Amino acid sequence: MEARTATREETGPGRLPAWLLGLIPLLLIASAVAAFALLDGPGLGDRTGPPVEELAVERTELHPGEIELSVRNDGPDEVVVSQVIVNDGFADFTSSKDSLGRLDSAKLAVRYPWTEGSAYNVRIVTSTGATIDHEIPVAVETPESDLGFYGLMALLGFYVGVLPVTLGMLWLPFVRRIDPRWLRVLMALTIGLLGFLAIDATIEGIDVAAGGSQALGGTALVFVGGIVAYLLLTAVEAWLQDRKGTDAARRDGSHVALLVAIAIGLHNLGEGLAIGSAYAVGALALGAFLVIGFALHNTTEGLAIVAPVASRPPSLARLALLGVIAGAPAILGAWIGASAFNSSLAALLLGAGAGAIVQVIQQLVPTIRERTATGQRALYPASVAGILAGFAILYATSLLISV
Amino acid sequence: MTRLSRRRMLASLAPALGAGAVAKLGGVNFAPPASAQDAHEHTTTAPRPPVHGHGNTPDHPGFQTGGSVDHGANGFHPTELLRDFDHGKTRRLASGRVLREWELVANDGDIEVAPGVKFPAWTYNGRIPGPALRAREGERLRIRFGNGSAHPHTIHFHGIHPAEMDGLPGVGLGIVEPGKAVTYEFDADPFGLHLYHCHVNPLAEHIARGMYGAFIVDPKEGRPEADEQVMVMNGFDTNFDLENEVYAVNTVGFAYMNDPIRVRQNELVRIYLVNVLEFDQINSFHVHANFFDYFPTGTSLEPVEFTDTIMQCQGQRGILELRFPHKGKFMFHAHQSEFAQLGWMGLFEVG
Repeated sequence: MEARTATREETGPGRLPAWLLGLIPLLLIASAVAAFALLDGPGLGDRTGPPVEELAVERTELHPGEIELSVRNDGPDEVVVSQVIVNDGFADFTSSKDSLGRLDSAKLAVRYPWTEGSAYNVRIVTSTGATIDHEIPVAVETPESDLGFYGLMALLGFYVGVLPVTLGMLWLPFVRRIDPRWLRVLMALTIGLLGFLAIDATIEGIDVAAGGSQALGGTALVFVGGIVAYLLLTAVEAWLQDRKGTDAARRDGSHVALLVAIAIGLHNLGEGLAIGSAYAVGALALGAFLVIGFALHNTTEGLAIVAPVASRPPSLARLALLGVIAGAPAILGAWIGASAFNSSLAALLLGAGAGAIVQVIQQLVPTIRERTATGQRALYPASVAGILAGFAILYATSLLISV
Repeated sequence: MTRLSRRRMLASLAPALGAGAVAKLGGVNFAPPASAQDAHEHTTTAPRPPVHGHGNTPDHPGFQTGGSVDHGANGFHPTELLRDFDHGKTRRLASGRVLREWELVANDGDIEVAPGVKFPAWTYNGRIPGPALRAREGERLRIRFGNGSAHPHTIHFHGIHPAEMDGLPGVGLGIVEPGKAVTYEFDADPFGLHLYHCHVNPLAEHIARGMYGAFIVDPKEGRPEADEQVMVMNGFDTNFDLENEVYAVNTVGFAYMNDPIRVRQNELVRIYLVNVLEFDQINSFHVHANFFDYFPTGTSLEPVEFTDTIMQCQGQRGILELRFPHKGKFMFHAHQSEFAQLGWMGLFEVG
């Protein structure tokens, strides 16, 4: 007992600063890693297996007489693309890189007289003779990314994003007039709508991720995107509350509307990606049916934005801004999707959309609470009916569109 | 957007496993016989003119433009294999008969079957196909076979001979384990075009890896003077999915597209054509703008057909005789378009 006290007193005055104490383990780890690397992992020896060669095809473009694949080395070892076989015949090609290290990407431009509407199997042969197959189910020329094309994608994004959301916001005068009880049902409806979108985006993200590079995270990217978006929006929400004071903020609901708009915007970014990439591979007919489907589908999103501000509507300019925040990302998404679609990025963005929606649902829950003799409750017959109606509306309108 | 399936993944691992086995084999005692060494030195000291690859585009079929196979590293050149007949060493026995002797050695090593694509092969005398062994009807043949490979092998000859000389596991000389040697001895009978190959299980793998060659027994009276060529139709399953990725005659895909076979106008050309192709049911040979006499198995001196296309199943073979009346380039290829596009395609250049 005595000795221990003495020791502590001795070290007391000469104590190291806290930052150094924090740094020492880091330096030790760094030097251990360096030594391990220099000695080439003493005692472990080489890996017993042969090279693991994996390539993910991230993007396919078809131009007259040429098939262009963007590939990424998805495995741990170097990959050398030695030959390319298209539909059981060797084909001439050029590669932007001779050999691909881990996570490296390259463009393979394959000279091939492909014809519109045919199916192609592109087989990449590596230097060890291993093969990686890539299917092109229907060959359609990739649209040239010129000004006209970006204009078309912008128009498409406007039709399916900005326009329907803004139209949906025209429900504002209606929601202002209705009884608070009905407003709560409407908010429950909004939660139902958003809940459906979150599920939809998650499933879509998982689907898309399966087609991309697994080394970059694959399906995990959906959840990474979701968690990041959720946390960021939570932080933004907390910051808004600090600025305005909780009571004021809750009363005018404007920050909730902003958060809803951001979440819906993220979701529409993913939707735009899907539309743009589907259009680029010729899997989408730009018909009136599609636009009508999306209009109905996304109009309800406008309702979700205005419902929280029913009691104290903001200025027209502010409403327009909310509409743009929620709808315009569809244009951006369509551009990215059609010109630089990347499964990993799409999965991340779709996940972010879902995470944002979950955060917004959490924001909206207090607005549907009703007082009872014993306290408050969010789930009661009217609110549940509203939520289910929201689900039903989006389920039904989603049947109109398939991307 | 496809990635490697599990099966393809496993398949992609296999070649390197083979390569590992080769690396471990450093100290095997079997030196390749003199003839194989000579061939090797020849290809390395007198390099061919640069080979220009051509893309498989509407204008010209082939591999990636600019790529070429390193024939020096392979140790053999398809153009040299074409007219390379191994007559072995002969001496006269007391009885007056001719004894003809060869030495064959099994080895493992990488062979470049398409530009940049290495195949972990098993070979006779370091080449695919193995040497085209050539004897005359009635001679006594003696083949010393040493196994320098990491795997058990045999040589199974087509022909008429005693059971113990058949190169079959469990019969007679049986399996030749790594590091061991045996001597096959039998009569050259009957005359014709035959083949030899390894007969160890799994049979398909031992053949697909490259263990085969042509075995020619000339008739006593010989055949008319001709520009003689041997073509062994084969293929390579580089990803081990039991289907071939590369098809060829004499191993290297499109070899005779890049380096056409030069023949003289109106000269008799005799092609010893053997099909050893594994995994596919049949193979075929078609020559453009010409017809040939066909002698199936070469066991008759009378042709049975005058045609421009024949087909052979695995192990089937026959002799083709033709003259080119016109100058210029004439294509020959498997008349299975898939095989042709995957490498089994070449040119005669008549001058």
